[in-house]
Amino acid sequence: MTPASPPEALQAPLVVEFPFTRSLGPVQSAFLTGLRTRTVLGVRTTDGRVLVPPVEYDPVTADELTDLVEVAPTGTVTTWAWNPAPRRGQPLSTPFAWVLVRLDGADTALLHALDAPGPDAVRTGARVRIRWAAERVGAITDIACFESYDGAEGGPAVPHRVTFTDPVRGIVAPARLDYTYAPGRAQSRYLRALADRVTYGERCPSCRKVYVPPRGACPTCGVATDEQVEVGPRGTVTTFCIVNIKARNLDIEVPYVYAHIALDGADLALHGRIGGIPYDQVRMGLRVEPVWSEHGRYPDHYRPTGEPDADYDTYKELL
Amino acid sequence: MREVAIVAFGQSDHRRDTAETSEVEMVMPVLHQVLDAVGLRAGEIGFTCSGSSDYLAGRAFSFTMALDGVGAWPPISESHVEMDGAWALYEAWTRLLTGEAETALVYAYGKSSPGDLREVLTRQLDPYYVAPLWPDSVSLAALQAQALLDAEVDAEGTGADERTLAGVAARSRTAAEDNPHAQLTGSPPPEALLAEPYLVRPLRRHDCPPIGDGAAAVVLAAGDTARRLCRRPAWIRGMDHRTEAHSLGVRNLTRSPSTRLAAERAGVFEAPPDLAELHAPFTSQEVILRRELRLAEAVRVNPSGGALAANPMMAAGLIRLGEAAAAVHRGACDRALAHATSGPCLQQNLVAVLEGDVR
Amino acid sequence: MTREPVAVVGIGQTKHTAARRDVSIAGLVREAAVRALDDAELGWADIDAVVIGKAPDFFEGVMMPELYLADALGAVGKPMLRVHTAGSVGGSTALVAAGLVAARVHRTVLTLAFEKQSESNAMWGLSLPIPFQQPLLAGAGGFFAPHVRAYMRRTGAPSGIGALVAYKDRRNALRNPYAHLHEHDLTLDQVRSSPMLWDPIRYSETCPSSDGACAMVLTDRAGADRAPYPPAWMHGGAMRSEPTLFAGKDFVSPRAGRDCAADVYRQAGIADPRREIDAVEMYVPFSWYEPMWLENLGFAEEGEGWKLTESGVTGIDGELPVNPSGGVLSTNPIGASGMLRFAEAALQVRGRAGEHQVDGARKALGHAYGGGSQFFSMWVVADTPPTG
Repeated sequence: MTPASPPEALQAPLVVEFPFTRSLGPVQSAFLTGLRTRTVLGVRTTDGRVLVPPVEYDPVTADELTDLVEVAPTGTVTTWAWNPAPRRGQPLSTPFAWVLVRLDGADTALLHALDAPGPDAVRTGARVRIRWAAERVGAITDIACFESYDGAEGGPAVPHRVTFTDPVRGIVAPARLDYTYAPGRAQSRYLRALADRVTYGERCPSCRKVYVPPRGACPTCGVATDEQVEVGPRGTVTTFCIVNIKARNLDIEVPYVYAHIALDGADLALHGRIGGIPYDQVRMGLRVEPVWSEHGRYPDHYRPTGEPDADYDTYKELL
Repeated sequence: MREVAIVAFGQSDHRRDTAETSEVEMVMPVLHQVLDAVGLRAGEIGFTCSGSSDYLAGRAFSFTMALDGVGAWPPISESHVEMDGAWALYEAWTRLLTGEAETALVYAYGKSSPGDLREVLTRQLDPYYVAPLWPDSVSLAALQAQALLDAEVDAEGTGADERTLAGVAARSRTAAEDNPHAQLTGSPPPEALLAEPYLVRPLRRHDCPPIGDGAAAVVLAAGDTARRLCRRPAWIRGMDHRTEAHSLGVRNLTRSPSTRLAAERAGVFEAPPDLAELHAPFTSQEVILRRELRLAEAVRVNPSGGALAANPMMAAGLIRLGEAAAAVHRGACDRALAHATSGPCLQQNLVAVLEGDVR
Repeated sequence: MTREPVAVVGIGQTKHTAARRDVSIAGLVREAAVRALDDAELGWADIDAVVIGKAPDFFEGVMMPELYLADALGAVGKPMLRVHTAGSVGGSTALVAAGLVAARVHRTVLTLAFEKQSESNAMWGLSLPIPFQQPLLAGAGGFFAPHVRAYMRRTGAPSGIGALVAYKDRRNALRNPYAHLHEHDLTLDQVRSSPMLWDPIRYSETCPSSDGACAMVLTDRAGADRAPYPPAWMHGGAMRSEPTLFAGKDFVSPRAGRDCAADVYRQAGIADPRREIDAVEMYVPFSWYEPMWLENLGFAEEGEGWKLTESGVTGIDGELPVNPSGGVLSTNPIGASGMLRFAEAALQVRGRAGEHQVDGARKALGHAYGGGSQFFSMWVVADTPPTG
């Protein structure tokens, strides 16, 4: 599907995944709690329409809605689409129809899946009913899907007066998206050189400043940087902090020093950890050099070179 | 109202995958295109505004890196919308109307190639009732298309059949043969298209936009500045945008009242346009928009090929404004309508009227 | 051509807290919006357009959440814009909304900003595992702490200044019923002895992570005439941006901030901000940013900002009260934090700040910033309409 990109451009998978914790307002709470007990609730608007699924605010008037009603688990398809290749996370793993269903007693339609043998078995106006999930937790997926139905039509909406015990207060909504990250030309050049433990900056053709890491553009001139310039390996600590709290997903013993380091020949500082010296002896102006680990893409840390400290005036513009 | 015009438009070549360039590497040449066209440097621009999406990029604050391509030094007056660039243009337009700026640079970009776009767009939906079902964007458009196919064909133009939709696809991609930036060009005749299998019935592949990466930029200028920067400025005679309810189940999917209202407010109905650039990613949506905009048969619709030829997310709406303006610039049109959309099944719509001075 | 004067006639905010578990995202935003409408004694039908802002969509895991929020915000049938300018977004959102009124495109605009950080985890949202990139080695405060050290080196400020700011803002927050942190028993000694997280930044000198929203109703001169309470009038508004990282960037006193302040003072006709501005709501996520911004915003000469803090000038009863609301150090729903600064400045000149009211405040500055100290937005509001 995807044409191969030129060999010089790097790519790697990027997974963005989190189980979002969503608290619910009272109307949503009632609806999802109702689904858990195979009850479908709607909400009545001030002008008498019944909205299913029930929303918190009237899409026409913006009024806050609270008047809950119960509707039937049966309804009519108002439109549909045949999904021949279900995707991750969708309600059914076999081909199905997406449908908008107006439940009996409701004036609006609910989006869900319809289990059907094929597209020719689906039509607008078809009668359907909810097929409940075997295990229900108080989520929209408590409706497993809809299925064909030839029984009696449900009646009008009736007031919902039951107070649920142990109502659903929130849902956990896991979401995973898979990306392929491509850092582009300039960063790919930089990263490839870094694999040989050589640090390349790129010089702006206009202001002549050397950027490291290069990001493709001189950010002050808005033009491409393309002249590679080797910088470092030594540099100067311009400023730093002492980290006493473990950072997320990092296995570094605290305390340690996180520093801004201006590599020799670069016109701005990059970041790194300082080692090989007690944390409370690190100072602005300290001269350092990289220490590589066997497999690291970046230097594991920087250590003092033993040179005299750089004079403040030599790096204050790089702070 | 102060006179404001689009005086330059540029865009990248839209491609399925641009992994060889970063976002800034894709955007920067387009910025240079439009700035060179008016002979200005970024620092001479009064206001800059951009549109993009973190969710497309898969990274938070992704727009901050694209700003590197502008050259924001000395610091510039600048803003960003997490919307299609058409709305960035709207923000910039209002900024020029206040008199605070004489010129504005607007840009937008989107790379759909890093992610699975159909899946990414599910994250736009009601996070409680709909997003957990992961209904993809093509399926939602198919629900809308089926509603249109089910509707009676009436005097106002509601309703359509699959042959009509195939006709939209064939006309758009044939027109795109003249657009060097388009991603998808050329088309078999409608009858041949109808022989193809469905993608998500009732939509076939030809009814859907290509997925791809791209960027676009325009320069706006006010009054005499516009006249100085452009031989024939595309004057913004009116611009408005409106929103609809979010849930598909509460909307009449065959109609787009927000488009109608925005068009009224933008002055579309005061005189017929001779060209329209509609942001209709799906063929069925062009049918719906044409009706709401009351476009006569004589109006040239999407001579660029429209979103069916190239649909870089976040930029495709801005491109409609740019293409319409470019037609005015080159004298191919005197009064153009431009439209942009955002959200599932045309939830948000923007309409602008652009005119050239009488020749 | 003249701009329409812009008035703030309604302000609302939620009670900010670590996790609002009783509302949806819509419910949270709506709460602030309804309070702003009530303050203005207006209904949904009186609103011509909605401008909403928030920080990255990943925080709540909803892409362009304004689409889903349209119904809750009465935006159906109306124009709706969504702004995202990183941490400054709350301020720039208000400025975009003000621009619609100033340009006479709309007469009355609802503007809001929010963050519901409890839906995910802010550090997750801020540190997605981007391939090839060197992992951030130090967490949120680690980004700021080296710049604080650079400020101390540059100015010779004594190490205890940050604690003074934190203590002052947390005390101010006790007067603000909406503030997230209400640390009634906090003492200065406790701040000074709180754990050193990212030396030189201590735990008590950092901002919390909050759920919260803020809303304002902006309107034109005619709208202001009908307002039930005194409006705040906008006398100047400006945004400035500079690149994230560049050769010669001054993280301690970014030029974008200085330029933005100069622009907003010029618009407001302010020659001497220290004397002419009565209250300041500035974006101080870590305590040391108060003295840093005092210099950047022209309230103090370079190197002298810490002296204002040290001498008590920035206290609520001082000559130049800074963050009488308790500021970001006491409340931080990221996307809303900037708008809270703008709104709190407006509350001061309307005389409606309640217990944290600065006596006689007639002119106030609202300030927000974000990204890599690169995006700035500010406004000056006053109790009388701008002249001319």
